[in-house]
Amino acid sequence: MSNVIICLFAANGFDRAAQGVSGAGQRLAADNGGRLHAVVIGAADDALQTALSPLAETITSLAFSEYQPEACLNTLTQVCRELAAHAVLFGNDTYSQELAPRLAYRLGGSAVADGIELLPHGDKLRVKRAVYGGKAVATIELQRAPAVVWLRARAFEPAEPREGVNAEIKHVMPEAVPATTRIIERKNEAAGEARLEDAAIIVSGGRGLGGPEPFEDLKALAAILNAQVAASRAACDSGWCPPTWQVGQTGKKVAPGLYLAVAISGASQHLAGISDAKNIAAINTDADAPIFKHCRFGIVEDYKKVIPLLKEKLAAAKS
Amino acid sequence: MNIVVCLKQILDPLAPAREFRVDADKKEAVRGSASLVTNIFCENALETALQFKEQLGAGKITALSFGPESAEDSLRKALAMKADAAALVVNDGHPHPDPLAVAQVLAAAIGKLGIFDIVMVGRESGDWGVGQTAGLLAEVLGVPSVSFVDHIETVDGKLRLKRQTDNGFEIVEAAPPLVVSITNDEHNVPRIPKTRDVMMSFRQPLTRFTLDELGVDAAAIRAGGDYYEVIELSIPVKDVNCEFVNGDSLEQKVEQFAQRVLAITQSL
Repeated sequence: MSNVIICLFAANGFDRAAQGVSGAGQRLAADNGGRLHAVVIGAADDALQTALSPLAETITSLAFSEYQPEACLNTLTQVCRELAAHAVLFGNDTYSQELAPRLAYRLGGSAVADGIELLPHGDKLRVKRAVYGGKAVATIELQRAPAVVWLRARAFEPAEPREGVNAEIKHVMPEAVPATTRIIERKNEAAGEARLEDAAIIVSGGRGLGGPEPFEDLKALAAILNAQVAASRAACDSGWCPPTWQVGQTGKKVAPGLYLAVAISGASQHLAGISDAKNIAAINTDADAPIFKHCRFGIVEDYKKVIPLLKEKLAAAKS
Repeated sequence: MNIVVCLKQILDPLAPAREFRVDADKKEAVRGSASLVTNIFCENALETALQFKEQLGAGKITALSFGPESAEDSLRKALAMKADAAALVVNDGHPHPDPLAVAQVLAAAIGKLGIFDIVMVGRESGDWGVGQTAGLLAEVLGVPSVSFVDHIETVDGKLRLKRQTDNGFEIVEAAPPLVVSITNDEHNVPRIPKTRDVMMSFRQPLTRFTLDELGVDAAAIRAGGDYYEVIELSIPVKDVNCEFVNGDSLEQKVEQFAQRVLAITQSL
């Protein structure tokens, strides 16, 4: 039995990250000769069920009214045991990173973070991941089954739907446990916007911007490009923008079609978060800045002079 | 409130990438001229603990590290930042013990240190970026965990933890004992210790544990690889050549840049 379970959060829907996890799970199950099962944390709505139905054998919907890790872990452990999981895959979101190692422990398995490639090796799973802030890549073999992996989901292609096959849908009421932790307030600062991890185009600012005001210019540029705004750790640590914008080893790992780095020197920690970007372009005064070693194209000029002209030209072309 | 802050000493992540080398046989980075530093998220954890203690007006913070002898430097720095005590578990075995082994050793050391209310760890390390210590430690200790916290306070005698999420933040109410992983924000940037405190830190006692003293399965930890094994470590080859836009004027350069941006965005 070599079943693969993908764990998705209902609140995120079938976003690009969920598609990547599904694709990775589908190929791993095929390689192992096993079956793909989906577990949705939170009640799976019709859209998510419709998206997953042609991909998985079963969809187990854990109808939590509120995410609570202890209750979630108990139920997930039970479901993974019943489905005889050989591998359990998560995305790279906050809750997944919190649950995955604890689930691995409860199942007697092994976990690994931020996988960018899955390589079945006999009855074990090898996982490639970036280490040392993206300066190196390690291949790690998980010694205990099940293999629990959270994935840099944009690094994986979406799954191929199977024709004429629909998943069996199961609804599981989670086991009631005394809540040891309780969420008493939640604030979504990016409500209504696409998650950075799902953005096709990102305009990102760094320490070289010198303060919070230039981010208003970046927002205006992003609006023209229909892009999301992001930032380096230095900019977030300075309080110029919220931590949810932070890209890098210490922030979000993104994989846009275009990553436009403005006044970002390109510390390895930042590069670790954008290594899956298909195209990187940069605006920087220093031609020797490390960011340019990762760029398709760049401009060596002061961003203060470039951004107004660039906005003008892009707006004219778009209209 | 008894707080244990776990600190990991790592190769300085800010060392230039051009000097970075790996030993493919040992499957680890070559130190070269790079400094050894405390992992930044661990320092964020210590800063968060110090601020929490200041708010409470009482408490004890113990800095704990599992690593080579050189990890004493990280602990001395923690004492200089005003941690109350420090303990080092000397790793005389595998240089990169797997995440479960780390959690088992830390849990055993915490057991030796006595009663704890909160264990704080950095959310991940700047070298291997494992990101599992908090979760595994919570499981081994049998207590809850909350991840990606950047601030802790008490309200009506209960702990309130502000945690970062993918889209914003949450306030989580919890009761000790528990394990939290700490992430960075603008409020928990590590303080710089005073010169006098740095000097004083070298006079303070530092508890040492050996693996054998902790009663863990030291042989398994020394062997490594029971949870996971590093098969290969290499430096990826980048084949990107940056094309700098050129032109006689800024206008021309920006025009070219805009055209390239448009070409890509239209193809997406």
